[in-house]
Amino acid sequence: MQTIEQYLPEHPFFHGLDAATTDLLAGCAVNVHLRPGEFLFREGEPADHFYVLRSGRIAIEVRTPGRPIVLDTAEDGEVVGWSWIVPPYLWTFDGCASTDLSAVAFDAVCLRAKCLTHPLLGYDLMMRFVQLMNKRVLSARIRLLDLYGGGHG
Amino acid sequence: MGSPGPRGVAGPATLARPDPMLPRPFLVRRTRQDTRDTYTLQLEPADGEPLSWAPGQFIMLHAFGVGEAPISITGDHTRTDRLEHTIRNVGSVTAALIAAAPGTVLGVRGPFGTGWEVATGQGADVVFVAGGIGLAPLRPAILELIGRRADYDRVLLLYGARTPEDILFGDDLRSWAERHGIVVEVTVDNGQHAWRGRVGLVTQLITMAGFDAVPALALVCGPEVMMRYAAQALSGRGVQPERLRLSMERNMKCGVGLCGHCQLRELFLCVDGPVLGYDRLAPLMARAEL
Repeated sequence: MQTIEQYLPEHPFFHGLDAATTDLLAGCAVNVHLRPGEFLFREGEPADHFYVLRSGRIAIEVRTPGRPIVLDTAEDGEVVGWSWIVPPYLWTFDGCASTDLSAVAFDAVCLRAKCLTHPLLGYDLMMRFVQLMNKRVLSARIRLLDLYGGGHG
Repeated sequence: MGSPGPRGVAGPATLARPDPMLPRPFLVRRTRQDTRDTYTLQLEPADGEPLSWAPGQFIMLHAFGVGEAPISITGDHTRTDRLEHTIRNVGSVTAALIAAAPGTVLGVRGPFGTGWEVATGQGADVVFVAGGIGLAPLRPAILELIGRRADYDRVLLLYGARTPEDILFGDDLRSWAERHGIVVEVTVDNGQHAWRGRVGLVTQLITMAGFDAVPALALVCGPEVMMRYAAQALSGRGVQPERLRLSMERNMKCGVGLCGHCQLRELFLCVDGPVLGYDRLAPLMARAEL
């Protein structure tokens, strides 16, 4: 497996970042491994990290009085978590491993501080995360249409 | 693909038939329930005469005394002695069709329209993108490809369903993956009921899929909104517009380009479509109120 320093510059999400920024991000990152059923994050807890999934699948779930409902899944190569960048920096949903999962966890507390002192870095990261948010919101809105369930198709 | 040039009110295949408005009697051979609201009917010609058709074409299926509906063909096109149709119960005609007992006579007009022409993908990667019951019209193209599997490079089926219970052709999906080397990726909109697979939009699968986009052939079928976003994602990956084909459905009635119910600006989808290239469809799909 590549080291984090080797992995980050090749990842599309970080494409175009200069070496100093990539080094900074890598310095805030560690590898984490989960087994199926283990939680990467829980609703209401402090959002102190975001993640790049290296292998496996995670379910973004909402708790209900009965079984949790899966809102979305993410897997190899995808970036998970933007609560770290949105006050009050608390996770909105649960993130539960559906399979064996390996991810790079980024220390968001460290990054938030860096973004405050380095606005260009903050803007750059925000632009990347806004695109991620846009993709997720688009997916949710289209699925709200229930295209496969009505008189369509 | 439909010719972009001038055309008459009916294509040559239509003109070759004695009367395209006259239904041929077919007998219901058997009916299989696929999901909560979707059934597959197997029909055979009452007169024993085979019916040739191409994957991607549709027929008008008539429940006598109730009405007629455009229905895509689901089966193997080499089996000209029978028709298979996967039908979702969405109204009075489809309710009557799926309730038809074995031996019931139904009327068949057609086949109508253009086909997928999957053979034009030989030597390249082929990507099928299906949404909901849109997998049904793609199934004959997949079966045709499997018949000459070695002629194609990577083959992917990216399929989005409403829930795990709405996934069609589960046995086929397993067989295509395990026996025919097709990469089958499934996602659902709603992942309740202990589903451990993917939840999300089918376009997400396009983003992640491994295929060589520029020479690839991509065939897409599903609700029009889903196809619009899928086409944008495929185009964004680099699939060439003329090799990106969508099956359009717009209230087909006569099937021969006369009545105008299926008109999409200059196109009559029953004869110019239903399968059309994105090079022709992109400007039409981008326009509001068409």
